[in-house]
This record gives sequence, C-alpha cells and structure tokens, in this order.
Amino acid sequence: MKLIDLANALHLDVKAGQDLLEREVTGGYAGDLLSDVLANSKEGNVWITLHTHVNIVAVASAKELAGIIIVNRRMPEAETLRRAEEEGIPIMITSMSTYEAVCRSYDLGVK
Amino acid sequence: MREFRADLHIHTCLSPCADLEMSPRNIVSAAKRKGLDVIGICDHNSAENVPAVEKTARREGIRVIGGMEVTSKEEVHVLALFETDEALFSLQEIVYDNLQGTNDEKLYGEQVIVNEEEEVVGFNQKLLIGATDITIDRLVDLVHERGGLAIASHVDREGFGIIGQLGFIPEGLPLDALELADPSRRDRVPQDAGFPFITSSDAHTVQHIGNRFTSFLMKNINIEEMRKCLHGEGGRGVKI
Repeated sequence: MKLIDLANALHLDVKAGQDLLEREVTGGYAGDLLSDVLANSKEGNVWITLHTHVNIVAVASAKELAGIIIVNRRMPEAETLRRAEEEGIPIMITSMSTYEAVCRSYDLGVK
Repeated sequence: MREFRADLHIHTCLSPCADLEMSPRNIVSAAKRKGLDVIGICDHNSAENVPAVEKTARREGIRVIGGMEVTSKEEVHVLALFETDEALFSLQEIVYDNLQGTNDEKLYGEQVIVNEEEEVVGFNQKLLIGATDITIDRLVDLVHERGGLAIASHVDREGFGIIGQLGFIPEGLPLDALELADPSRRDRVPQDAGFPFITSSDAHTVQHIGNRFTSFLMKNINIEEMRKCLHGEGGRGVKI
C-alpha cells in the first residue's frame, strides 16, 4: 500500500512531506519510547506515535521509515516540521488514538 | 577549595510515590548520618516542601539546593536546581500552569505538604506524577533564564530518561549535566555527547538517601560554583 492511500483512507492531515506520499508502506510500528523504535522498527514502516519532538524525524530518517502518524490531535513543533521537510519524512496528524490508528491501518492491510 | 558531597536528587513526602517518612527532619538526619554536605530536594513538578527542608537543614549545618524534578511534554525527567527560592517558585508557577489533572490519593499516593515543625499543612491536589505541556527545549531555557542548573535525570533508565524517551540527546540541547542512576552504566550513554555526569540517590525512602552522591571540588556551595565544577573551570571538578 502507498502512503497516500493510507492517508486518504484514514483522513490524515498531512503536515510535512506532501510530495513524498507515493512511498510504499511495508508495515507498521507503534511506540513512544524512541529508543525502542530505533531498535525495533523496520525500513518502510509507518510509525504511529504521540511524540511531536524533533527527534522523531531523526529516528524515522535513521530507520528509513515511510512516514510518521502523530495521534490524539497533537501538533508537532515548528522545528519538527522544518526538519521533516529537510529530511524528507512525511508527517501526518490525526485525532485518533494510537489504538484506533493501529487497528484501522491493520484493517486496511498495513501489517 | 574542598570536596563537598552532594546528593542532588531526593524526594520528600510531597511526591506521591515517595515514602511518607520522607519528612524534613528524617531527610536531614539521614543526610548527616551519610556524611553529605549538600542535598538537592527535587519532588515531581513541585517545590512546596523545599522551604521546610531548608529551615530544618540550616539548623543542622547541611546545605539545601532547592529544586524540582520536572516532567517535560516528552515525558523526560529533568532536575531543575536553583540558588534562590524566588527563582524556584517562579518556575513552579509555570509548571503548575502547564500541568493538567487532579491527584487520586488512592491510586498514586498522598502529596503531603509539611512545615519545619513536621506538621502537615496541606495536601497538594495537582496530578504531580503527570507530564507538563512544556517541551524539553523550552524547559531547559526556563531553568537557565532563572539562573538554574538543568540536569537530565537517570539517563541510564529507559522510563522517563531522556535517551529512552527520545532515542538520543537532542542536538544542541544545553543541559548542564546528565544524572546516572548507576555510575557503572556510564557506557549506556554515547561518549560523544560531551556532557558531565553526576550521580544521585533519587531517594524515595529514607534508607536510600546518600547511597549515591557526587563530589564537587569547589570553594563554597552555590549554584555558580557547581556550574563551574561541571565545566571543570579553575581547577574545580566533579567526581562520581
């Protein structure tokens, strides 16, 4: 599945990397301990988190993740969005909780 | 110059997770027994018991550095230590404005405010174990604007430690030091970070006070001298 299909199906609000949504999503990872995400997420995963700090961009970049979904209507810091554009990491926000975002992504085929 | 033994991270009975025995008198007498010169009082997101401990400690010749262990928006614990109560309580006001929720004593524990006579003068109602809405970057700035030291708590612990929460120490974050819960775990922190280390007990019970401490080689006890120790200025230094 492409990131754009996921974004459209879940009505995600794209805050960075609008032109990078053709990326293929290989699976998903959810977590809020960034050390754990660094250790266990896989290349091409879409990452679901509540973190808005700029370090999420570095983590996604290091692990070559497809993109980041930020839950609970949390708004990323301006610096996070600036770095996301710079590093080419799509960031999307949603009012869903982590649980709901994970379940609905899974139902759509992100496994 | 001489060596001062400092345990800069001690909770009182104000922290819901701390033992109710953590009263000013018990803390100060344990500190004396352990040979500490300096104690840092750092309750979660509040400093309301600092004045009582200060008054008790003054009578016993122990120096108190007033502080707080603030939980940032990213759920990172940061020790904020100040020279004056004025600076400390000005940060507390901002922390309170950015801390939602009410404590549930049955679930989290009592948040007891005491005076120097060991009398209970009230219960803090805020959800002190919660996270503030203050980002870590803003928090460090707020501490520095007030002349304080900002030290990342227990960086070798995953939960609420900066490396566990944020994967690595954010580039350019001007922390004054990193606290290790266990100095033998220094290798868990990348060496290129370049920060000085301290260690402290993070005592929640009387028995733990002074179990870990940091030696500061300095002229006298104040925040500026401690800052110079952390930077190794003028022959000063820290030893863990």
